[in-house]
Amino acid sequence: MTDLKSGSNLEKVLKAGHFAFTGECGPPKGSNVEHLKKKAAPLKGVVDAVNVTDNQTAVVRMSSWAASTILLQEGVEPNFQMVCRDRNRLAMQSDILGVYAMGIRNMLCLSGDHQRFGNHPEAKNVYDLDSMQLISMVKKMRDEGQFLNGEEIDVPPKLFIGAASNPFADPFEFRVHRLAKKINAGADFIQTQCIYNMDKFREFMKMAVDMGLHEKCYILAGVTPMKSVGMAQYMAKMVPGMDVPESLVKRLRGAGKGKVAEEGIKFSLEQIEEFKEMEGLAGIHLMAIEWEHRVPEIAERAGVLPRPKV
Amino acid sequence: MIVADRKPLKELLEMVEDCDKVLILGCKGCVTVCNVGGSKEVGILALTLKIARKKEGRLLEVSEKTLERQCDPEYVDEVKDIVDGYDAVISMACGVGPQFLSERYPEKRILPAVDTTFFGGAVQHGIWEERCAGCGACGIHHFGGLCPIARCAKSLLNGPCGGSADGKCEISKDVDCIWDMIVTKKMKEGRLDELLMLRPPKVWTTARDGGPRKSVREELVQ
Repeated sequence: MTDLKSGSNLEKVLKAGHFAFTGECGPPKGSNVEHLKKKAAPLKGVVDAVNVTDNQTAVVRMSSWAASTILLQEGVEPNFQMVCRDRNRLAMQSDILGVYAMGIRNMLCLSGDHQRFGNHPEAKNVYDLDSMQLISMVKKMRDEGQFLNGEEIDVPPKLFIGAASNPFADPFEFRVHRLAKKINAGADFIQTQCIYNMDKFREFMKMAVDMGLHEKCYILAGVTPMKSVGMAQYMAKMVPGMDVPESLVKRLRGAGKGKVAEEGIKFSLEQIEEFKEMEGLAGIHLMAIEWEHRVPEIAERAGVLPRPKV
Repeated sequence: MIVADRKPLKELLEMVEDCDKVLILGCKGCVTVCNVGGSKEVGILALTLKIARKKEGRLLEVSEKTLERQCDPEYVDEVKDIVDGYDAVISMACGVGPQFLSERYPEKRILPAVDTTFFGGAVQHGIWEERCAGCGACGIHHFGGLCPIARCAKSLLNGPCGGSADGKCEISKDVDCIWDMIVTKKMKEGRLDELLMLRPPKVWTTARDGGPRKSVREELVQ
């Protein structure tokens, strides 16, 4: 196993050639450990790793690293998220060392939503580094055993490095190049933005495959089941970089009262079936927002259980 | 130029609440060009303050003067014989002016009448936009002559982020995504490969992060 970069479960699953299945868990708006444990419990054994979000949508929550360590204690492998909005390079590196010391082995590097969207729009933002530079820095820390300034690290953090890709943001033609850039910077795996526009995603993946990106990096397709018509409309209008086709909103609306959530899950299941066969994809990243308890059922119906033991 | 906006009247009235006699000092530099602190605006503010105070039943005596520049000791000196006659001096220059005044006249209360906003220019009559963040190490030649430090909401050097849509920034439909402009320009020029290389972390020591800055030109120092 010496050729593993981090030895995380997620890395082992992907390296063994299994179709990965990752989940997500947003930390609580407070120090409510029981609440966090309750949210994480249904994910145990059902997914290969769980993304722990970092003040997502710029709303203050329990820190990503602390919530990640709690998940670890619960027997759930975390994928620690870090955004560039809230920390400078000193804080970033120190937190990276900290999470590794606590046993965390996966890390997702993100720019982060602008604070204007969150509950502290008055805040000063940092963006000392951008997500590309963060990826590169984590790789340098891991592979060269050096801080950003070149100083030696006493026990370097061996992390499996993740990054995000949004195929639906503009300019569309540049998106696959940006993905390539993240891979060159050091990303081992990619989790995409929630996919709803399948036509556009097929086109994106074809470009990625043509460029051979899937051979350099594991690409996981982002899936978020729609719980309601309101959620679909909110995502379409309010969430930056989200592409929700009108046809999907129509389909959900057509499901009728009390049946929208099931229709949303059905759509996700259809997507997952297609993703399993789609060239270039190495797995699914299921972001069931505040719906963690439904993940076991979705996983079961998607035919991704049991998860491989590696 | 340096762009500024005039402070709301309410805020200015609170500043001069205990004053009976003030001097409003305009500046013929940037704030004249951006129509916020030149002699015309000095006149308007003087009149506005007087009327507002008259309504309150307490008269305010206001004098007006506009200096060549307030960021130059030579011109700031010009009011040395008159400042003593006022309870306070209201500067309509950018943030530099009231500070030069405060340093030259340490005993005097100096009040800012404008909020200094950014380095920019007029994109059309009456509308100014930010262009430069004054980071102390210009690198716009790497980005098609456009500055992502000043104009990207996240100052990304390897953009665009996932929030760019239809050429607009995720923070507002009124804000152009500068990275969309950079990418489009490079693509048109057939120089996209220049954007595919990782731009390293910015050295912020030359920016405000390195502490207050100073520029010394030896050949000019006497």
